[in-house]
Amino acid sequence: MEKFEKLTGIAAPMPLVNIDTDMIIPKVFLKSIQRTGFGVNLFDEMRYNRDGSEIEDFVLNKPQYRNAEILVAGDNFGCGSSREHAPWAIKDFGIRCVISTSFADIFFNNCFKNGILPIVLPQEVVDVLMKDAEKGANARMEIDLEAQTITTSDGEVFSFDVDPFKKHCLMEGLDDIGLTLEKKASVDAFEARAAAERPWV
Amino acid sequence: MSPKTLYDKIWDAHLAHEAEDGTCLLYIDRHLVHEVTSPQAFEGLRMAGRTVRAPEKTIAVPDHNVPTTLDRAKGIDNEESRIQVEALDKNAKEFGIHYYPVSDVRQGIVHIVGPEQGWTLPGMTVVCGDSHTATHGAFGALAHGIGTSEVEHVLATQTLIQQKSKNMKVEVTGKLKPGVTAKDITLAVIGETGTAGGTGYVIEYCGEAIRDLSMEGRMTVCNMAIEGGARAGLIAPDETTYAYVKGRPHAPTGEQWDAALAWWKTLYTDEDAHFDKIVTLKGEDIQPVVTWGTSPEDVLPITATVPHPEDFEGGKVEAARRSLEYMGLKAGQKLTDIEIDTVFIGSCTNGRIEDLRAVAEVVKGKKIKDGMRAMIVPGSGLVRAQAEEEGLAEIFKASGFEWRLAGCSMCLAMNPDQLSEGERCAATSNRNFEGRQGYKGRTHLVSPAMAAAAALTGRLTDIRELM
Ligand code: SF4
Repeated sequence: MEKFEKLTGIAAPMPLVNIDTDMIIPKVFLKSIQRTGFGVNLFDEMRYNRDGSEIEDFVLNKPQYRNAEILVAGDNFGCGSSREHAPWAIKDFGIRCVISTSFADIFFNNCFKNGILPIVLPQEVVDVLMKDAEKGANARMEIDLEAQTITTSDGEVFSFDVDPFKKHCLMEGLDDIGLTLEKKASVDAFEARAAAERPWV
Repeated sequence: MSPKTLYDKIWDAHLAHEAEDGTCLLYIDRHLVHEVTSPQAFEGLRMAGRTVRAPEKTIAVPDHNVPTTLDRAKGIDNEESRIQVEALDKNAKEFGIHYYPVSDVRQGIVHIVGPEQGWTLPGMTVVCGDSHTATHGAFGALAHGIGTSEVEHVLATQTLIQQKSKNMKVEVTGKLKPGVTAKDITLAVIGETGTAGGTGYVIEYCGEAIRDLSMEGRMTVCNMAIEGGARAGLIAPDETTYAYVKGRPHAPTGEQWDAALAWWKTLYTDEDAHFDKIVTLKGEDIQPVVTWGTSPEDVLPITATVPHPEDFEGGKVEAARRSLEYMGLKAGQKLTDIEIDTVFIGSCTNGRIEDLRAVAEVVKGKKIKDGMRAMIVPGSGLVRAQAEEEGLAEIFKASGFEWRLAGCSMCLAMNPDQLSEGERCAATSNRNFEGRQGYKGRTHLVSPAMAAAAALTGRLTDIRELM
């Protein structure tokens, strides 16, 4: 997995609440058996007309946001299905960090498995960041995972919380299957104990 | 010992490892797999030279992509869908996991097949690369959806890295009024809490109205815990649960059954156990409901009118405006005046035998409205067979419904069953998101009885008018 340490980039504002996984990547694109190539279809139905032409006023189609690497979004981002195609599409587009007041649980976990940092902040802070993002391409935000801070284009600094284990994995780009396999002895012991206690399982 | 919730008890019984920083490895008893979210996970195993740690606890079935038309034995036309199903065929064989192929009568929606075959049992941990895994919580199993990376993690290690959620209690007291069903309960709860109300929690549903539900009804309630944002929904097992489980192909028998039963009977929330959040609804206050917007929280009693965006606050104002435009509705319009083009009955929310019986009761001896497209898709091949045996299929066909083979079908429209632009559907499924049932398609979520009523009248209908 790609490491995440620091990111300085353009932030795109998407103030809509309840942006669901069907919006992020509609199901017609779930038929692939690969993990890559979903970026062009990120937000497909909001981004393109039926004939494939771009919908001009969709944020990621605007010239100043085409290279956005950060997304500032409304409440409950990523609700809906468990499809990891949603973070795959976000990552493939080039976005590495999403900021909102809350995320759906499965989506939130899926982000960390794919080198994306989801940040939860209170409404007042998200409002400030949304305003900053609305300034366009010259307004670059800086995210420092080590220090757990976001710096706006005006130099205002906000700190955020992140689970220490998830932070560690993200910063080191660790594969957590490998980490879990290191605990094989504990799992073996548990399995033997559970098999004795609940043999019907 | 301090009092524990049901969730605490199942969690403690499956904690395989806890690191100093509080990161936990939860042991997984059942891993269900379908064709859409698993190919990349199997590919990952292959590339790393890993195997499936517990193939005997891993069960796969194709459901999302499969055609539900009667001619499906001829194969899948869409090439990508076909490749995905073929990949599952191949992976199941190569990794030696239990498998119900499309041609097997036991094939169906993964969340219907698991309980039906007795794979899902009380007190288990159950995961699947699918958010509606919450369904299995109806058995008092801790069941939740996971992403593809986690699917790979469970395949390789039979564990999941987890942090414990908070405990939330949703109590539905008293009795339900006639015409009110499990679907109305679960939608009413989401209407109350919002789609993010359960974020960070595992919900335990309790109270008389929940206890009175059949297993089918309980599965409908837990199925939509995810729409309320919760990681999982749970209902403590009781006699109804044991009666449903007993005799299923993979349920324990003999001495094992007795041992299992003894343990299952300890699976309840202790008196005085702590809940971090409590929501209470009165069963008698719940009415038949319908969604008007594009989020499952957009719920209103069928007797209401379409709301004004200004009725809401904050970001929801803009969301409601967008929803109304997408749904082609005007504020102030009566919900019962909304005309319907299509009716979809099925999905892991409402594709079980009891749901089909409820539909048959409404439509028996009647015809669906002229020009109406109405489809019934049983949740599994066995549900279909039972409906045929009970004579329900004949009732459906005589009323003008299409009677399909099992699969997810128009719940998410990955197969050819889709809405066209602007087409309006009363659906028994669980998501009314933009585009969910087809590009620019419009979805109103309802109970099976309400869907049946809409098929007859051609508009959203209060089932109580037909009773
Ligand atoms: S029926 Fe619908 S919600 Fe259920 S598993 Fe299939 S697609 Fe998902």
